[in-house]
Amino acid sequence: MYVAVKGGESAIENAHRLLADRRRGDRSLPAITEAQIVEQLSLSVDRVMAEASLYDPGLAALAIRQARGDMIEAIFILRAYRTTLPRLAVSRPVDTAAMRIERRISATYKDLPGGQLLGPTFDYTHRLIDPALVGEPDVPEAAVAEVTGEPVMRVADILAHESLIELEPRVDAEPGDITREPTEFPMPRAERLQSLARGDEGFLLALAYSTQRGYGRSHPFVGEIRIGLVEVEIDVPELGFAVSLGEIRLTECQMVNQFKGSAEKPPQFTRGYGLVFGQSERKAMAMSLCDRALRAAEYGEDITAPAQDEEFVISHCDNVQATGFVEHLKLPHYVDFQAELGLVRRLRANYDAARAAEPEDDSFEEAAQ
Amino acid sequence: MSAVTMSEAGTNFAYLDEETKRMIRRAILKAIAIPGYQVPFASREMPMPYGWGTGGVQVTAAVIGPDDVLKVIDQGADDTTNAVSIRAFFRKVARVAVTTHTAEATVIQTRHRIPEHPLIEGQILVYQVPIPEPLRFLEPRETETRTMHALEEYGLMHVKLYEDIAHHGRIATSYAYPVKVAGRYVMDPSPIPKFDNPKMHLSPALQLFGAGREKRIYAIPPHTDVRSLDFEDHPFEIQRFDEPCALCGARNVYLDEVILDDRGGRMFVCSDTDNCESRQADAQKETAA
Repeated sequence: MYVAVKGGESAIENAHRLLADRRRGDRSLPAITEAQIVEQLSLSVDRVMAEASLYDPGLAALAIRQARGDMIEAIFILRAYRTTLPRLAVSRPVDTAAMRIERRISATYKDLPGGQLLGPTFDYTHRLIDPALVGEPDVPEAAVAEVTGEPVMRVADILAHESLIELEPRVDAEPGDITREPTEFPMPRAERLQSLARGDEGFLLALAYSTQRGYGRSHPFVGEIRIGLVEVEIDVPELGFAVSLGEIRLTECQMVNQFKGSAEKPPQFTRGYGLVFGQSERKAMAMSLCDRALRAAEYGEDITAPAQDEEFVISHCDNVQATGFVEHLKLPHYVDFQAELGLVRRLRANYDAARAAEPEDDSFEEAAQ
Repeated sequence: MSAVTMSEAGTNFAYLDEETKRMIRRAILKAIAIPGYQVPFASREMPMPYGWGTGGVQVTAAVIGPDDVLKVIDQGADDTTNAVSIRAFFRKVARVAVTTHTAEATVIQTRHRIPEHPLIEGQILVYQVPIPEPLRFLEPRETETRTMHALEEYGLMHVKLYEDIAHHGRIATSYAYPVKVAGRYVMDPSPIPKFDNPKMHLSPALQLFGAGREKRIYAIPPHTDVRSLDFEDHPFEIQRFDEPCALCGARNVYLDEVILDDRGGRMFVCSDTDNCESRQADAQKETAA
């Protein structure tokens, strides 16, 4: 006799044990530590912090370890933790002009105040796999210039002096919080930027790429990319002044886009903006291209491409949402499938009955053709 | 925080903090006040993936109290892995009593089915919803579909159903079959088989729908008129099975098809495991007596 499958509970338990076993791997090798991940896989840590919207390298490293190195899973774990945290205060806007710069490059000016600073970049390495890295080779100390702490002016400000770039209106209102409020379209730009900042790097990269290939072209130039440490401050009303909470590493990209002008706006450069936790130039650049593409309506540009479509981009850029919904297809669907099975059988019976009722001169017709 | 409100897992009672629960309850109240209307809410990231029932879990967390008795089903069954996992979650974070018996439960969270045993006043049925917008596959844009609901412009849906009839001779929607609630809003009943649609009509239980990824909550208050969309000459009809459940002999219930071998052997058994087991136990008692 048939007996329905039981024992979901012990199956889950055993699966989790097996997962823990595989995560640990060969016990004769030392277990990897969070500190090692923070120090030696720091760009992974940065990505997890950026897309989880939580700046905590230690926890991000733990999430990466717990996720066996699966980035989206790690992002998901860190976000699920973030969601339980109270939101105690809103910081003052971070001042990236006062950033302690580690890297700063401009593609629009050969030389500029503050100079071009390459920093720790892969850009000019030759991508030859390096056997010298195997084991524990000695790595010489880096040679770094003295940090002057002088503010480094932003390229957008240079153009602003000539009124050649659009002015960002100063907004003092507290911005919305996409993690605490329901999504509603159309979105204010501040919230759109929040969505993009935690959006999937790969998805935004592909969309940004599509704008370069004619799907919503925006004539972009990298005005500036800067990476470094900025201070986070909050206002304490009781004290009457701002208090520093510490420093975070950020990557900022100011994309400068040509704009020929419209009935309402003069010819000028327009901006696409990217700001990401940690060192993540690819993400910041992709974000700024997507931001600019999504501003098409503001400039009266035709909306023809996916990257310009706010609902399309924002609704699909979140990888935790996307992976959840795609992967949920592996959950049981037998009730719905049964319904479809019954329907297809009935449609099939109708079809077969109709075929059987047709006169059998098909072969003759075919021969005549 | 007192020991009463802290759970075993070190989280607040039922996982979510009180502010979040309050926000969700406000959305639920609004949803009850406007039956079938999708209320946007600030859905939280839950410790289970989107698509696994984060909306249902948040609704359950917002309505459940320490004295509630919780039942969780997936595909009608209490022992499917996701139902087991969600039930374990609430046992851990809310320490509530759990049950598999529909009649004993005060809160029932479900994915894809409505229990066969009729629900009664005071019970809450919480549906997990993947795509709350019934018009989504006709119009992908939220800004458009919200306007269509506001203007009660449901012609597109009727055209779709009519096209089905023109092509197939019948309406080719077998689950997630759209309904009209209280004569106003067209609503997606979540992917339940249309077999279950009539159970929503005038149900004495409160029916709540949570869509986590899409950030929407909607509701059918008790004793509300719920009509499946149809045409006068093509009235709505539910699935019928030719044979009874092979385990308990029930007729007029929804059945799962179970494949027995690779030679086309198959049998049909109840999708609602609690209903099936209760009937088998009753039959045994009768034989014993």
